[in-house]
Amino acid sequence: MNAMAVEEKITEVLLVEDNAGDARLAQEAFREVNRSIRLHLAADGLEAMAFLRQEGAHLHAPRPDFILLDLNLPKMDGREVLRLIKADQSLKLIPTIVLSSSETDADVLISYQLQANCYLRKPAQWDAFDSLVESINNFWLTKVKLPSQMPSG
Amino acid sequence: MTINAGGADTLKEVLLVEDSPGDVRLTREAFRDFDQTVRLHVAIDGVDAMAFLRHEGLYADAPRPDFILLDLNLPRMDGREVLASIKKDESLKTIPTIILTTSDAEVDIAKSYQLQANCYLVKPVQLTEFENLIKSTSDFWLTKVKLKQQTQTR
Repeated sequence: MNAMAVEEKITEVLLVEDNAGDARLAQEAFREVNRSIRLHLAADGLEAMAFLRQEGAHLHAPRPDFILLDLNLPKMDGREVLRLIKADQSLKLIPTIVLSSSETDADVLISYQLQANCYLRKPAQWDAFDSLVESINNFWLTKVKLPSQMPSG
Repeated sequence: MTINAGGADTLKEVLLVEDSPGDVRLTREAFRDFDQTVRLHVAIDGVDAMAFLRHEGLYADAPRPDFILLDLNLPRMDGREVLASIKKDESLKTIPTIILTTSDAEVDIAKSYQLQANCYLVKPVQLTEFENLIKSTSDFWLTKVKLKQQTQTR
């Protein structure tokens, strides 16, 4: 409409998470810490890629400012999603944060090898989860300079 | 010298690649104030940084950093080239590399993410803001993020 209407920039976040409970906790935690975040949910790897490629039902999906990616997902594994994102000249610019309950060294290593921007362990306790979401918000949304929303070439 | 019980696990190695002595000093002081477990190593240009990471010359015994803070505009070898070299190296690419620069130009931001910088931070001009940034960075990367396990360097 008019430029004045834009009070604050909406930050688009894609959460790729198959566990409905975890997705809901994340949604509530983000709402609590930062109202300018719009959290989009993909419940498996295929849906995540459809969202990012604006396919099918996701034709009008926004380009996320960053992605929170679980590793163990149905249909298409999180490692494969990460590999596809980082192999794509346009999508690779989107910071992709692995958020997984796995703490095995192999998962941490493969994530960094595939160029995850960072690896966060999903805490089991919900209050620790809230505090992690707060940290993500404080660092990635207030300190980090994210790539602009400019569509690339 | 001697290491306290558990000390070997908790000491964090950070490589700062920065050519401005003033910024080096401020960063060192900020880390010292907020996190005593950080051992900050400094490389003053890109060539120096790569020698440190590859254990060359004077750096034969250099530790593998837990993460790298990299300025973009550096003498001898540019920060973008350092970043590209790190991310092309199968072993070094897993070290989180954080850009810390005065530039907030879109082209530098986009280029850094294209080269797979782990994140991009703009150096604030104000001293307290700079200290806060170092504190947040240290908090996030050293207490929240799960880093790759240190393996013995050969």
